[in-house]
Amino acid sequence: MNLLFGAFLFFGLGALLAVMPWRGAKAATFFGSGGAILGCLLGLVGAGQGLAAGVAETFFLPLSMPGGAFSLRLDGLSAFFLLPLFIVGLVGALYGTEYMGSGGKTRWSGLHWTWYNLLILSMTLVVTAANGLLFLFAWECMSLTSFFLVITEHNLAEAVEAGWTYLLATHLGAAFLFAFFLSASAFSGSLEFASFQVLGQLSTPVASGLFLLLLVGFGSKAGIFPFHVWLPDAHPAAPSHVSALMSGVMVKTAIYGLLRLFSFLPAAPPWWGGLLMAIGIVGALFGIAMAALQRDVKRSLAYSTVENIGIILLALGFWMQCRATGHYFAAALALAGGLIHLLNHSLFKSLLFMGAGSLMHGSGSRDLNRMGGLMRRMPITGVLIVCGGLAISALPPFNGLIGEWFIYRALLESGTVLSGLAAFFPLVLIGLLALVGGMVIIVMTRIIGIALAGEPRSSAAARAHEAGWRMWGAMAALALLCLAGGLMPVLLLQVAGRAATLLDPAAATLLADNAMSPWWLGIMAVFLLGCILAAYGFSRWRQGCGIVPSSATWGCGFAFPSSRMSYSAESYTELPQSAMFCSCLNPSTEDGRTIGFFPEAKSFSFEAPDPVLERLFKPFFRRAARVCSGFRGLQAGQLHVYLLYIFSVTILLLFWVGQR
Amino acid sequence: MLQLFLHLLLLLGLSPLLPGVIGKTKALFAGRTGPPFLQSYYDIWKLFGKGLVISRTTTWVFRAGPVLGLVVPVLAALMVPFGSIGAPISFAGDLIFFVYLFGLSRFFTASAALDTGSSFEGMGAAREVTFACLAEPTVFFSFIVLARLSGSLSLDVMFGQALNTAWQSAGPSLILVVACLFVVVLVENCRIPFDDPNTHLELTMIHEVMVLDHSGPDFGMILYGAAMKLFVLGALVVRLVFPGSTGNVWFDTLLFSGGMLLLAVVIGVVESTMARLRLLRVPQLLVGTLLLSFFSLILLLR
Repeated sequence: MNLLFGAFLFFGLGALLAVMPWRGAKAATFFGSGGAILGCLLGLVGAGQGLAAGVAETFFLPLSMPGGAFSLRLDGLSAFFLLPLFIVGLVGALYGTEYMGSGGKTRWSGLHWTWYNLLILSMTLVVTAANGLLFLFAWECMSLTSFFLVITEHNLAEAVEAGWTYLLATHLGAAFLFAFFLSASAFSGSLEFASFQVLGQLSTPVASGLFLLLLVGFGSKAGIFPFHVWLPDAHPAAPSHVSALMSGVMVKTAIYGLLRLFSFLPAAPPWWGGLLMAIGIVGALFGIAMAALQRDVKRSLAYSTVENIGIILLALGFWMQCRATGHYFAAALALAGGLIHLLNHSLFKSLLFMGAGSLMHGSGSRDLNRMGGLMRRMPITGVLIVCGGLAISALPPFNGLIGEWFIYRALLESGTVLSGLAAFFPLVLIGLLALVGGMVIIVMTRIIGIALAGEPRSSAAARAHEAGWRMWGAMAALALLCLAGGLMPVLLLQVAGRAATLLDPAAATLLADNAMSPWWLGIMAVFLLGCILAAYGFSRWRQGCGIVPSSATWGCGFAFPSSRMSYSAESYTELPQSAMFCSCLNPSTEDGRTIGFFPEAKSFSFEAPDPVLERLFKPFFRRAARVCSGFRGLQAGQLHVYLLYIFSVTILLLFWVGQR
Repeated sequence: MLQLFLHLLLLLGLSPLLPGVIGKTKALFAGRTGPPFLQSYYDIWKLFGKGLVISRTTTWVFRAGPVLGLVVPVLAALMVPFGSIGAPISFAGDLIFFVYLFGLSRFFTASAALDTGSSFEGMGAAREVTFACLAEPTVFFSFIVLARLSGSLSLDVMFGQALNTAWQSAGPSLILVVACLFVVVLVENCRIPFDDPNTHLELTMIHEVMVLDHSGPDFGMILYGAAMKLFVLGALVVRLVFPGSTGNVWFDTLLFSGGMLLLAVVIGVVESTMARLRLLRVPQLLVGTLLLSFFSLILLLR
């Protein structure tokens, strides 16, 4: 706990010193990133200790605010969520020192570092708070600091618009959380989490109401379907290391809140889990389909976050449902799968967002169709992005497979033991999960194949250059962690087991059993690496010692191939879109059809806006705005009308007081 | 140890024979003499001795495609029983690893194809990843049927002795599973009616067009890997159809080898008697197979 306070101190100092007006941008970067890095290092040690100790530490400082207290608690669950926060915060700060220093962004870098430090600070508070008011305070700080980070490039209209959407969505969600805490404190008599244990005696309908409040409130932050609409706009707009922090860690704090407060509620009826599973799988399918249609690389990754949150939700929902129906073995597997996938996702998604940032940095665009050939020009970044792509596609030998393996096993376990309709749903989910897995490969080979491979698609991409060591060093650290997770899955399981102890002690006991341990996955991963090395050696040996002659890619006799003839981001997903996707996802295209023998120049444009935003939320808010504009007449803007309002309200109040 | 040795020997030694048998069967139907049975061995041997030309556009990803294409079937084969010769490696949940392992080779084959920057290869890659998406759930559903019947989550047990009793108790389900896995063998190994392995430049090709720019030892590795992939996936179908065991290892090996050759003949017959499907029909057929595999599961659940 003391280490955490040390971390708070560093974050605070970093935030303050970064905006000292009398120093230059260089000093701001130095102090800002230094504070974040030192704080994260201290916090990492603290979180590691908390995880290893397995005993909850608490800290209590009364505040004069009614109902509020500076009450912290560091236990297995908190420490589990602090781990990715500090890892990503640390490498993000390292990455940011170079990323923010380039391309004329220096002007805002001081303020940016302040917000960055405060964001990590507030996220640490969210995860460790043991008081409702403190939690909400930290939650709001987190929303506001991340809002300011989203609009870092506030000279771009789209960034500002994305920021407003985000602010609106996150505050609508927060309203539900306020409702939850108010009603919870009405039942328990206090806002301290320790007193929330009383909630366990609530009747099922009341508890269900509270659960739904939690789901909507945290769901809007986690980006679960259909409250994800802000996410694909906001995450790409932020600087890349902030996108990594938001997509990798901030959305997980919402999962933390859901799990933490869920643990106070009484035993869940099966439909809670069923609801989570339904939302999860729909979100996963929707997210990955939309990711395949985006040509903005960061937007595509943001939609992939929606997909991964869906998978995590599916696993956690399955855990709840299995526990409610008494299948403790499958429940333990599902919980382990959800938690491990959550940890893994924060690593590889951060890696990919930073990789996307490096590609933007090199090629000057976020558009896949303006990249191409970057593997030759940015070899280190290229390799690291491939690593991230393998990890997110759940392919061996990286860590992504471990979490999904547990989720599949949980579904298989109950699907093969149960009979009738009870087995039907897990089995359908396996098929859908396999479909999602296949589509992730489409999305990732698309990013790698269109952005990294082939010929440069723009002159800027042809002039691209490798990022500096701080950028690729940060990514390499994450890639190594991803590989380590794949080679040592037992370690991942142990870490997840600590968090599981608090949520479901029975599951944690089952998980500690050796029979469950994913030893074999690690052994197979090592085996795979060995075989790859052997085959590579064979390939080099057969190739001989001479230089391999190279020539142009065979163009079937056409002598002047150009990059405009190669497959583009849209053409790569044209077949999956026509063969598999629901027509409601169809992108809007501006027709580029040519007529006649000597067609004139035509342009073709392609856009895939979010159907939920376009068809559900935008019409709703437009309508709400229309209805509300009827009340505009009340705001006459004339002094005597306002005086009349005040007068009449006073009279009404007098009457009301007189009645009492 | 003997098991592992026999496994690898069968896989590495016998797999190139299958394309030879398929080719001979097709030649027989067309009234030609056809290439000799051992043609694939000659091809692979010759390619391993040849020089290599690579495109100026490509990077290490292009070279990684053949490497993974060779490694993945070998590793996958270790988890699959060949006839009644048990799998050398088996653990609970290895079926998930098995499926994702093929995902790894697909990831790199598609990336390697896109690495050339040619639109032909891009076309093939897009098709491959799309069709695999639809084939993967089929594999999972078929495996679930077997997992339910055997009560185990490892391929070795699922394709083990339990099959004998399963054929009596759940025959209809298993027949559907055999059909589904056979379709998966055809689509994953780029056979007619999904893909034509004999032509290169048709715009309707999938796999052959992806490997257009590979040459020399790299192409040899691709051919060898493809033959082994056919062998591994085919072994599943053969085991399903011939679940018995004679008790003698050598007889079992012979029985299994005979089964594999028979499978090759059947594939040859299918290729000779059917026309390639139009590209837009392929997803429909795959979804149909998916539903069929799901139906076989429902039969078991009722």
